[in-house]
Amino acid sequence: MPVDIDIAKVARLARIALTDDELELYGRQLGDILEHAERVQALPTEGVVPTSHPLPMVNAFRPDEVTGSLDRDVVLSQAPEAEGGYFRVPRILEEE
Amino acid sequence: MTDLADLSVTEAGAKLRSGEITSLELTNAALRRAVVTEAHLHAYLTLDQAGARSAAAEADAALAAGDDKGPLHGIPLALKDNMCTRGIETTASSKILAGYVPPYDATIVTRLRRGGAVILGKTNLDEFAMGSSTENSAYGPTRNPWNTDTVPGGSSGGAAAAVAAGSALGAYGSDTGGSIRQPASLCGIVGVKPTYGLVSRYGLIAFASSLDQIGPLARTVEDAAVLLEAVAGFDIHDATSYRGEVPAITRSLQAGVRGMRFGVVTELSGEGVDPQVAAAVASTLDALSDAGAEVVELSMPSTEYALSAYYLIAPAECSANLARFDGVRYGLRVEGETVEEMMAASRAEGFGPEVTRRVLLGTYALSAGYYDAFYGQAQKVRTLVRDDFRRAYEQVDVLVSPTSPTTAFPIGAKTADPIAMYYSDVCTIALNLTGDPGISVPVGLDDAGLPIGFQVMAPALGEETMFRAAAEIERLVGFEARPALATSEVTEP
Repeated sequence: MPVDIDIAKVARLARIALTDDELELYGRQLGDILEHAERVQALPTEGVVPTSHPLPMVNAFRPDEVTGSLDRDVVLSQAPEAEGGYFRVPRILEEE
Repeated sequence: MTDLADLSVTEAGAKLRSGEITSLELTNAALRRAVVTEAHLHAYLTLDQAGARSAAAEADAALAAGDDKGPLHGIPLALKDNMCTRGIETTASSKILAGYVPPYDATIVTRLRRGGAVILGKTNLDEFAMGSSTENSAYGPTRNPWNTDTVPGGSSGGAAAAVAAGSALGAYGSDTGGSIRQPASLCGIVGVKPTYGLVSRYGLIAFASSLDQIGPLARTVEDAAVLLEAVAGFDIHDATSYRGEVPAITRSLQAGVRGMRFGVVTELSGEGVDPQVAAAVASTLDALSDAGAEVVELSMPSTEYALSAYYLIAPAECSANLARFDGVRYGLRVEGETVEEMMAASRAEGFGPEVTRRVLLGTYALSAGYYDAFYGQAQKVRTLVRDDFRRAYEQVDVLVSPTSPTTAFPIGAKTADPIAMYYSDVCTIALNLTGDPGISVPVGLDDAGLPIGFQVMAPALGEETMFRAAAEIERLVGFEARPALATSEVTEP
């Protein structure tokens, strides 16, 4: 089964702006890698329970106690742009 | 006289306590070695000379005052640069984190500081730990101290090269598909992937959360055991951290292998394994038999599918984990008209080719319409691999294989062919899927003088048996070779 990938759509979902040349290259490489994955698809797995995690995972509870937190200014010092105690980003909502 | 940089952790610890040496002398010896070898290796991204000297002086003062903080007190160590260090730049070898200074310490760093260890600096890796050669670093490759035309393996290649060269007495790396064991093998040192959950990952920059595990790289099995024991154990900050009792790690190192049952995994020991690697593994098995171990061959068919399943699961998890690098809260931002354009431009500029490839692959494998066929199916194959291992451990105590099918390969040899690079991890990857521990022990050199590693695998929380086997292999083989770079005066290139 040849793997049909809409690489431009995948790049959009992944939020990575790629050039046409890059899209062509990654599209081809993904096809090659997924061809190997077909070995996995060919295995009979009916009735097999999927493993998502090596340890049995349960809720990890901790006591509900007030503890220290990171200093806001120290955290914001790592931001590309901050203003008035907030992270600053370009506009998110389209204007009417 | 032995250069202090070549002491093992346990030897150095004894000399510190007897007053024969100070931590400052020890730390200066490692830093001096680094100054000489870094010109050839590029094992470190950040060498924190001032911080290390000041921590060493503090360790000396504490010890003089009778305050002994444990086996790592005063010992100079290196950390892979994907573990957060407060006040010290942490990049994961990615351009997207250039200049990032974490506001907090990873739990492993907190525990090391509390234990009196000296942190020398941060070592190079494949970007976000994705790779098997350390060539995927945005800051340039690390070179193998045994032959600087070859790779040190990866992704913890900087840590492995530093420990092999003596610019650190030991180090901590992370292993998602073999990233501690494979570089340890290629650099002729010991590397351990502990049982999943045994070492807290709080503050480890996440790659694939159901596979990632922190572990030690060291020059002796005993050192690796000491380094692991010092940082293992439950951490409230890591929801996946193991809540039970930590297995005894250093207790049985002298117990030998008489009566221990070793299983050789057929599928990991035949086709594709370099003949010289296979020969070194075979002669190690002979020595184990002579020492009273029982050696049998076991077929584990699902291990042949482990690599393919891994290359769906790991990219899927990485695509989710790396969503946080979006130019908003930290790291690189490339401006755009809208927030979405800004994110897409920042990620395109900040991620290197291998990271981009895996994020795209994972995004595809998780996308609507493909999830069941790829990710879902890979998780079922993961169950088959676990079942195979569970059955094997009903018959044997430990499983063995080469750590890597080949010795170190030339720089650039596999960079154009991602799939060939992925095959370097064919022997190590299954344990990340199962969560079981594994250790690589050096057992010889090939004709080109490059080290060969032997992998011992054990069931989850079976560290005591695994280290017992590894310590005996170390004694039987007597591998004492060191890279020329660590033993001779090296001139600037």
